[in-house]
Amino acid sequence: MTNETILHLDVNGQTQTLTVEPRVTLLDALRDHLELTGTKKGCDQGQCGACTVHVDGERVLSCLTLAAQVEGRKITTIEGLSDAGGDLHPVQEAFLEHDAFQCGYCTPGQIMSAVACIREGHAGSDDEIREYMSGNLCRCGAYPHIVEAVREAAKVMS
Amino acid sequence: MRDFSYLRANSVEEALRAAAMPATMLLAGGTTLLDLAKCGVAAPELVVDITHLKGLDAIRVDVDGAFIGALAKMSHVAADTAIQAQYPAVSEALSQAASAQLRNMATIGGNLLQRTRCAYFRDPSTFPACNKRNPGSGCSALEGVNRGHAILGTSVACIATYPGDLAVALVALDAVVHLGERKVAVDDFFLLPGTTPHKEHAMQSGEMITAITIPASVAARHSTYLKVRDRQSYEFAAASAAVGIEFEPDGETIRDIRIGLGGAATKPWRARAVEDALRGKALEPDTVKSASRLAVEGAIAHGGNHYKIELAPRVVERAILKTGAMA
Repeated sequence: MTNETILHLDVNGQTQTLTVEPRVTLLDALRDHLELTGTKKGCDQGQCGACTVHVDGERVLSCLTLAAQVEGRKITTIEGLSDAGGDLHPVQEAFLEHDAFQCGYCTPGQIMSAVACIREGHAGSDDEIREYMSGNLCRCGAYPHIVEAVREAAKVMS
Repeated sequence: MRDFSYLRANSVEEALRAAAMPATMLLAGGTTLLDLAKCGVAAPELVVDITHLKGLDAIRVDVDGAFIGALAKMSHVAADTAIQAQYPAVSEALSQAASAQLRNMATIGGNLLQRTRCAYFRDPSTFPACNKRNPGSGCSALEGVNRGHAILGTSVACIATYPGDLAVALVALDAVVHLGERKVAVDDFFLLPGTTPHKEHAMQSGEMITAITIPASVAARHSTYLKVRDRQSYEFAAASAAVGIEFEPDGETIRDIRIGLGGAATKPWRARAVEDALRGKALEPDTVKSASRLAVEGAIAHGGNHYKIELAPRVVERAILKTGAMA
């Protein structure tokens, strides 16, 4: 309790104030301090992509990002993806439509990564989708349906 | 991860002052520092966040060369159209590294300073012996699982591979690391392990990378990066090569050739013996094949990594032929 610091984070359009130790990652801040448990902790060492969120519109790994580091940046999590009326994002719809998961644990990270992948213009072919989604592992092996979902969502969003 | 104090630097001067203090580490993308802090390899008492510094992320390309600020993100440099046009090997090396998320986080300065993926280095609680972590404690990799370890530039103290892709392209293209006013060629920036594997680069305490520059050249413009690995994506190189070629006006004779070798050495490796064997020669498959064997002259395998002695020259050869076909 000796080394805590007060942070103001812009998460899903709302300013959140929290008191944490400097070593607290954005992932732990979201899950344990802000009760935003949609972002998942997989490997916690930057290898699986389950913790993917957007910072200033770009996809990053929240497990290798300090919460303190992103003060003043715009953070978007899976909870911030649907619109104000609660309608699902087209990528979320596509994951449901194409059955792009089994256990679902990697899904929030897959979806956050897919939204950015499409926005970056990296969903032009199945090969390109596989390459630019390679940072998101799915141990159930739902990859064929994930590629389908990203491909179809890209069409809807274009 | 052990707790640490956190300082957000507001100027380069403030960051440098802090960096000179003991047990202090600079935080940029965080992809190496936080990873190693969680493994128990890094244990800083003070972390100095330099990500809020302004003006260190510029990417400029002109007739003399490229200037890339230390805080430019890998993904931004890879997607820069001038870098793609003038330094394709640099853009390709960056695009084939890590994952989209990591490339959005990791900076160019941090990328150069990434640490080895040696599993023994990364696991201090299971493997106390590691000369890189703890000088004089021994090396578990020499007789351990060393499929990914280096065959070039090794010593009896350390065979850990330098894992990066970008630096392989940079060493081939004679890039320069800027430490503020002080400038060091990339080839001199990285050190061989020798008896001091814990010393990986020429940076002194209280210095930080502020930029890298790459001189313009025909070879840089006609360059490519070829990476061979166990998976198609999101994997470190088993062997890789950055090659740039300039031909004489006859379009066949090699005037200038630059070759960087990755995934096989303890530092980003310049394959000068191959360059010397090919300069002035016509680019023909047989000539390239025999010259490429020189890439592994003096190589030492340690069991699991023996295949690299065969693989590395083949990757160099393929990269030369591919670049030659494009030039």
